[in-house]
Amino acid sequence: MNTEGTIILDGAGIKRALTRIAHEILENNKGMKELVLVGIRTGGVYLASELASRLDEIEGGMIPVGSVDITLYRDDIKGHSKHLPVGKTDIPFSVEGKKVVLVDDVLYTGRTIRAAMDALMDHGRAQCIQLAVLIDRGHRELPIRADFVGRNVPTSLKENILVRFDSDNHPVEVVLQKN
Amino acid sequence: MGFKHKDILGLQELTAGEIDLLLNTAENLKEINSREIKKVPTLRGKTIVNLFFEPSTRTRTSFELAAKRLSADTINISASTSAVQKGETLSDTARNIEAMKPDIIVMRHSISGAHHYLAKRVSYSVINAGDGAHEHPSQALLDMLTMREKFGRLAGLKVAIIGDITHSRVARSNIYGLTKMGAKVFLAGPPTMMPQGVERLGDVTVCRTIQEAVDGADVVMMLRIQLERQGKTLMPTQREYSRYFGLNRELLKLAKPEVMVMHPGPMNRGVEICSDVADGPNSYIMQQVENGVAVRMSMLYHVSGGELPTE
Repeated sequence: MNTEGTIILDGAGIKRALTRIAHEILENNKGMKELVLVGIRTGGVYLASELASRLDEIEGGMIPVGSVDITLYRDDIKGHSKHLPVGKTDIPFSVEGKKVVLVDDVLYTGRTIRAAMDALMDHGRAQCIQLAVLIDRGHRELPIRADFVGRNVPTSLKENILVRFDSDNHPVEVVLQKN
Repeated sequence: MGFKHKDILGLQELTAGEIDLLLNTAENLKEINSREIKKVPTLRGKTIVNLFFEPSTRTRTSFELAAKRLSADTINISASTSAVQKGETLSDTARNIEAMKPDIIVMRHSISGAHHYLAKRVSYSVINAGDGAHEHPSQALLDMLTMREKFGRLAGLKVAIIGDITHSRVARSNIYGLTKMGAKVFLAGPPTMMPQGVERLGDVTVCRTIQEAVDGADVVMMLRIQLERQGKTLMPTQREYSRYFGLNRELLKLAKPEVMVMHPGPMNRGVEICSDVADGPNSYIMQQVENGVAVRMSMLYHVSGGELPTE
């Protein structure tokens, strides 16, 4: 893995951002009633469980957390291009009538989110779907925006944003790499 | 690592890493089969032809369900209702189907090697759903997935395969697959049904009696006695076969207590397997069928993402 790049958010910064997002989620939804979190594999899953423990600290009570793998819903599987390995989708609760907060690490073109929403809808009709991301780097190709953003980072198409996690899957830092 | 084949003709051609990839994908795809909406859009717009020159219920249904759950369009052609009855050759049938631009063809044929012949001549992907007495890769993959689910591994398992090894494509694919994954395979069957030089297929042990094979086994896989393929010469009577090579409760006590009993179906109850074993607590026969759909979804997924051979 490339270790070069500028740190744009350190561990403490990530913690503050997640705490603020947790408060915003509670404020917007007036508490945790009917609320569930679904992380997008793999970074989003780790962040979703971080958010869940924040919500527990603030409001008290664990909220259901699921994970979704979007490989099967990608729009760039064409002809005989190489297929990616399929990860596990694990939503151990019904999303029917729930307020679902999708969680991802970096929001970029919006295509991942489109795929994740399609995947979610195959599991049932949620009351609403909201989106929480740690980093919004711009360059949207679809009409999608996040409801909760940790940090807006203007980037060029040549740059790459990487959210690093430690061995216990806690976020460590966000790095901006130039290719 | 990616899957680099246009076709899946047998497990002989696949590496341990590729088998592992197919099984991992199947394991993750399994969740779709328990959803309320059992469908993902992955192979939308792909056309899959099921071309069956031999009768089949389980395999054909399973492949068709797998394709439909990945949103592919499927058509079924069985030899009894096709132009094959009018004397069309395999290569003509294949070329005519090719003209209709399918993406994948799933074929079962009574002649060993028919798929290899076809795969070289057509541009679409070919998946072997059983060729003669040669290979039946999807069956072996679903068997391995079922074993891996229970034991968490394949390496080091003692797997006894009992019955007509000579005529069994299930046995051959399992021998190739299991030995590549590090399992220890023990074969038993009447000498008339044990092919000469079977050891060359992989690291297998040929046993003289069923007792020897079942002793301490983690898995006992019973093969169907293919009554339609039997000449009169291979076994004197079904009753005698059942006495020496049928699996019953008494015999199963020789195996490990948590032994898995498997059978590729359709079963001849009372011949190769007793009903109390087939329906007993150690039977994984229904799990095999369930895993079949996931394994076939995995095969279709990876084949349609495989790389075309460079001309």
